[in-house]
Formats: sequence, C-alpha cells, structure tokens
Amino acid sequence: MELTGAEITMRCLADEGVEYLFGYPGGAVLHIYDELFKQDRVKHILVRHEQAAVHAADGYARTCQKPGVCLVTSGPGVTNAVTGIATAYMDSIPVVIVSGQVPTHAIGQDAFQEVDTVGITRPCVKHNFLVKDVKDLAATMKKAFYIATSGRPGPVLVDIPKDVTTARCEYVYPDKVELRSYSPVVKGHSGQIKKALGLLLEAKRPMIYTGGGIVLGEASAELTQLVRALGYPCTNTLMGLGGYPATDPQFMGMLGMHGTYEANMAMQHCDVLLAVGARFDDRVIGNPKHFFQEDRKIIHVDVDPSSISKRVKVDVPIVGDVKEVLSEMSRQYAAGGTKPDAAALKAWWTQIELWRARDCLKYDRASPIIKPQMVVQKLYEITKGEAFVTSDVGQHQMWAAQFYKFDKPRRWVNSGGLGTMGFGLPAAMGVYLAHPDSQVVCVTGEASIQMCIQELSTCKQYRMPIKIVNLNNRYMGMVRQWQEFFHGNRYAESYMDALPDFVKLAESYGHVGMRIEKPEDIEPALKEAFARKDQLVFMDFITDQTENVFPMVPGGKGLSEMILV
Amino acid sequence: MKHIISLLLENEAGALSRVAGLFSARGYNIESLTVAATEDATLSRMTIVTTGSDDVIEQITKQLNKLVDVVKVVDLSEGEHIERELMLVKVRAAGKDREEMKRMADIFRGRIIDVTDKTYTIELTGTGQKLDAFIEALEEGAVLETVRTGASGIGRGERILRV
Ligand SMILES: Cc1cc2nc3c(=O)[nH]c(=O)nc-3n(C[C@H](O)[C@H](O)[C@H](O)COP(=O)(O)OP(=O)(O)OC[C@H]3O[C@@H](n4cnc5c(N)ncnc54)[C@H](O)[C@@H]3O)c2cc1C
Ligand SMILES: Cc1ncc(C[n+]2csc(CCOP(=O)(O)OP(=O)(O)O)c2C)c(N)n1
Ligand SMILES: [Mg+2]
Repeated sequence: MELTGAEITMRCLADEGVEYLFGYPGGAVLHIYDELFKQDRVKHILVRHEQAAVHAADGYARTCQKPGVCLVTSGPGVTNAVTGIATAYMDSIPVVIVSGQVPTHAIGQDAFQEVDTVGITRPCVKHNFLVKDVKDLAATMKKAFYIATSGRPGPVLVDIPKDVTTARCEYVYPDKVELRSYSPVVKGHSGQIKKALGLLLEAKRPMIYTGGGIVLGEASAELTQLVRALGYPCTNTLMGLGGYPATDPQFMGMLGMHGTYEANMAMQHCDVLLAVGARFDDRVIGNPKHFFQEDRKIIHVDVDPSSISKRVKVDVPIVGDVKEVLSEMSRQYAAGGTKPDAAALKAWWTQIELWRARDCLKYDRASPIIKPQMVVQKLYEITKGEAFVTSDVGQHQMWAAQFYKFDKPRRWVNSGGLGTMGFGLPAAMGVYLAHPDSQVVCVTGEASIQMCIQELSTCKQYRMPIKIVNLNNRYMGMVRQWQEFFHGNRYAESYMDALPDFVKLAESYGHVGMRIEKPEDIEPALKEAFARKDQLVFMDFITDQTENVFPMVPGGKGLSEMILV
Repeated sequence: MKHIISLLLENEAGALSRVAGLFSARGYNIESLTVAATEDATLSRMTIVTTGSDDVIEQITKQLNKLVDVVKVVDLSEGEHIERELMLVKVRAAGKDREEMKRMADIFRGRIIDVTDKTYTIELTGTGQKLDAFIEALEEGAVLETVRTGASGIGRGERILRV
C-alpha cells in the first residue's frame, strides 16, 4: 500500500522503536503532526522552545542506550534548534532531528520560513540529509539512525520538504543499511594493543585517563576490571564521570581546569599514560606545550582516528571501540603473566597520596552563609549517590562535578564541549522520561536556569517531578571568577539585577518553590523536596556570592600550574 | 609542505560544500580544489592542493575520511604521482612581440587557441610549477588575463584510487 511521506515518517520512527518525540509544530510539519495525531506508538512531548526539544532528546539519549529524537518546523524552528544540535555534536550524542522544509519547488525562493537548514546545520551535525523524493525517505531515516548511533555517535538531521510529506510511495523500512563511504572501525589492532600493554607494564608512574568514550561505548565494567587488575590510578574527564566508580580508592577525581590537584599532578608527572575515549581537550590538559614531557609515553584508544594525535602526539594509537579494546587488553594481560613493577607502583602511590593529602576541594564548612559545595555534598548524601544529575554551565556545574560522586555511568548529564547554558532543565526532562522511577535533579545557577525557564511549563504538562537545585549566587559566577582573577575585579555585566522571585515563579507554573538561606536548612529542604515524589520542586539556595571554584588551571597554563585554595 | 589530496566522494548535492566547509571551519589552506564526475556516475573525484605541516595534513586526511559522503582519501604526495593543471592565458601580442610570444608558447608546449591582431590566447598544461614558470618568463605587462583550473592528480603506474 502506498503511504504519504508524513505517514512514512511516523512509521519509520515507530519501526525504529522511538518512544518519545520531542517537538514543536509549524506549517512545514503539519502533515507529520496530523499523522502523529492518528497513531499511538510514538509519544510526543510538546516543549516550549525548539532548543529544549533537542536538549531533552539529548538528555534522553545520554541516559539510556537509545538515540533521542526531535521534530521541528522549518525556518525559526530549525534555527532555534541549532544550539541544541551543536550541544549534542560537541559531546558526541546520538540525536536524530527531523525538520520540516518548504516545498521542493519553493526552495531557493526565499519562501516563507525558509532557511538553508542543511547548510546552517552542516558544521554541527555528524551528517544531514535533504529528502527530495518520497521514495528516498524511509531509507534516509534508516541511515540517519544508523549514522547517529554507530562509531563516534552524533546528531543527524533529516530535512523533509512539505510536498514530500504529501507525496506517496510504497513503504518499506530497511532492516539494515550499508554505506560504502562509512564503516567505523570497531576492533582495535591486536598488535597495537599488545604493544600498549607492554608499555603499561613497564611503567614506573602509570596513569589512566578516560573520558566520554567510556560512557558512550558502555565500557565502564571493562575499564573498572582493567584498572583494578593493574592497580593503577584512574582519572575521568568531565564527560567521563561515572565511567570509573568515583568512590573507588584508585579514582583520582576529575582532571583538568577544575580537576583535583592529585589528578592533574599525576597526569603531568606520569611516565606512561593510557588515554581511553578522551580527546585531550584544552580544558583538560591546558596548553599542550606545557603538557609535553620528553620521557612520557602516551597510548590513545579512540573510535575516531581524528581524535588521535590531534592536540597531543601519541606513541601508540589504537583505533577501535573502547569496549572491544579494553576487553582485549584485559584478556592479553590475564594470559601474559607479566605483572606491573610492584616497587615502582608503591612509590608512585606514596607520591599520589601526598598530593591527595593537599585536600584540594576543601571549603569552609562552618560558614554561616550557604556554601554551594555543601549543597551538592548534601544532595549526594541524601540521594545516596543514586540520582541522575543534570547541570547547566558555570561554577555550579563544576561543583556538581566535583562533589557528587558518580559510581555509575550515564548518571551525570552536562554540556561539556559547547558549554550551553540552558541545557540542564530540558535535559532533565529527557532523563526523567528515560528513567521515570528514578530521582532526577538539575543543579543549576540563577543565570543558566533562565535560559530555558519556559520548560517549567512542559514539566507541568507531563508531570515531571524534577528537583531543581538552584545555586543562586546572584552572579554569573564563572564569569565573575575570571573577572576577579584575570580582569582586575572589574565585574563587567556579570551581575544580574532584577532576578525573579524563583519561588513565585515556580508556583506560577504550578510547581513547588522553596527558598533556602541558612546552611542548617539545606538538609531539611532537600529531604522535603524528595519527599514530594510527584511534584517538581524548585529549590532556590541563596549561596555565598564570592565563592570560587578551586583548583583552577588558568587558560594557557600547564596542568601543574594550578591556583589552589 | 605542499600536498595533493585526491578523494572519491558520493556524487550527492552538498558533498562539495561539506569538503569546502571542513577546510574553512578548521582553518586549513586550500590552494586549489577541482571536482568532476567520474566514469561511475555515483562518484565524484576531487583533487585538493593544500599546504601544512605533517600533523596538519594528517588531521586533514582524517577529517576528510570522517565525512560521511567521502568514500576514499589518498594523499598523492606520499608516492609517485602525476599532477596536471590547465591554464588559459590571454597575452598582449602586437607588433614585434607577436613572434616572441609564439616562441615562448612553443617552448612551454603551449597552444595558441585564439587570435586577434593584438592578443593571443594560449592554452598550457602542466604542473602548477610549470604554469608559474611560464607566467614568470613573460615580460611584465604582457599578461592580460589568466584562468587556471587547479591541479588534478593521479597516482603513477598501477596505483589506483577506486572503490
Ligand atoms: C565551564 C566548563 C569547565 C570545564 N572544565 C573541565 C575540566 O576541568 N575538566 C574536564 O575534563 N573537562 C572540563 N570541561 C569539559 C571540556 O570542555 C570537554 O567537554 C571535555 O573535557 C571533553 O571530554 P572528553 O575528553 O571525555 O571527550 P568527549 O567529548 O566526551 O569525547 C569522547 C571521545 O571518545 C571517543 N569515543 C566515543 N565513543 C567511543 C567508543 N565507543 N569507543 C572509543 N572511543 C569513543 C570520541 O571519538 C571522542 O574522542 C569544562 C566544560 C565547561 C563548560
Ligand atoms: C548560552 C551561553 N551564553 C554564555 C555563556 C558564558 N558563560 C559561561 S558560565 C556563565 C555564567 C553562568 O552563571 P550561572 O548560571 O548563574 O552559574 P554560576 O557560574 O553562577 O554558578 C556564562 C555567562 C555560556 N556558557 N552559554
Ligand atoms: Mg550564578
């Protein structure tokens, strides 16, 4: 039977097993919405801004092993979505975006709500398609899902002109796709793995540094097994938190600009570094020139060859999927019989413990003003480390990363690569839908939360009992911190006058609002909020305005040049 | 160093802009870029001449390979290869210069393909260097207009780039 393009679009989504579609209607997608209305396999979540549709799909994807999917209209629908798409792109998150386009005959005519969607999104998608013929639609949808989820994941956009949604053809959803121009390498070269293991076992000062790739590649069990077997220290990037259990004694904390003293020192002074699913970001190693050490050997495992030797020269490159490579490494280690140099390792751990004793994350626990770190610490205790935590961008994000100890992957959801303020709340909506029986918390700041505050309305409509922890320092704290350190205390426009009353704001959206001003009220407030199982609670914590995030590696400096408390 | 990179890409609308966009977004140099369909209608062949350190060239080939529309990438400069570029050049050729200009064209194995009483239009094929040398060899002010295609490259001997 022949179906219309709109029917085919919906059938593809359903056949792909899509549970939720995050979207916002408009002229170019009306036929698709009409088909959406007639079916009940895919549930639609009506957001209040297209940026939020993508962030929600992204949050969904980050916490379950499935891609997130959204639907937006042409023109402003797409341009609103761009920030979300770029966010997903920078963090390699599988999201499929279906966008409406003006009819094929109107393309290029400056038609109403026409933008060059493929052109605008090209630099921030893994791939995109413009479907000009309904006969290509189903196959293109299949390709989109395949590309988004395989290899190094990423967002893929499918732009569908309105006339294609009304044109008809036979519907067949392909079982699988093969693309001659795209076939990600999965298995790592076993010779290279052997070489890497050899180096690792000769190390006097080994270090294991892992990132988002462990989370994306579902390899935290394999990583944990290998790290424990070797007895080596392990650090995670901001994107990799939860990839290795944070409460394990071999865990060194996060590394990088706001990483721990011990992680950064060990990273700088190790003689063999195993990097897995991490991309030597500038926020991680600072200036590559300062990072360089003559006698340090680097092994780098990544599914994307272009991540390897991009910023840092690597001695043993291994292109492959983390899960495959790490299991092969463990297998070879078990079979090999060679053990790490016990004496050297002992001396190395002694050094590390000295660094650790510096207690770089200390803060004034007796302060009469609420310290933001304490809020996160209490949040961690009260949720027993089991919550899904989303975040926005700024100091609060760093404190969440430093003080919430993630023992499992896919529990920590934040925008690391693009650093998108406004990500936290909509991402939490997607997380909630993926895990409706879990606690979902958004740790945010008073500036960030205002960037997608309208989503409180979506949360009401779909009864999403998200807990919002607003670390309200009445400053764009991260900006203020840089101005304090590097711009002579000139706080240019990092202060917001006329903040809303967040309690009333939450209430006006139909939620519960709380304002917490004293340290002794932190715990009771959190407990009460979590006791309200079916309600969204907005907790506005009035925190110390002048608190800074430490340690800090200033831009352009090396990892051992940290500013400490 | 100068490199000649050859690629096969899907003959799809927008594939060219993905490649060109990659170079501008990542700040890579393009000295020239040529593209046309091949004997297989589903594939285009592109030749890019670029410059950069070894690290940059390595990133360029990796990034190109990563584009979903790109089927194959080879850095021709890594081995024996042939490079050819076509130039059309309109030169002043009046009076006593006329004979000299014809002689120059002959020396460089150029062909005069259009003539007026004041000008010649010369067609010249060769490596970029040879075309540069021709322009250099002409008297100042003799050149009225040049148009160059950018280099096309192919491996020597049995080196073949195909799917
Ligand atoms: C305010 C702010 C401060 C920040 N401070 C810090 C900081 O102090 N420390 C820090 O670490 N970050 C920090 N960041 C984040 C930083 O900008 C980067 O986003 C982050 O460091 C990148 O993490 P990653 O290296 O793990 O790479 P990701 O972006 O997570 O990339 C994952 C890598 O793994 C690879 N990969 C994916 N899947 C697989 C697979 N299956 N197999 C193999 N490989 C795979 C990918 O190809 C890629 O190379 C900060 C961000 C902000 C906004
Ligand atoms: C969309 C966007 N615009 C600007 C920035 C730059 N920026 C980074 S952090 C920050 C301040 C965030 O303030 P707030 O949300 O209150 O968090 P705090 O640092 O105070 O915890 C800004 C403006 C950004 N990351 N994203
Ligand atoms: Mg703030």
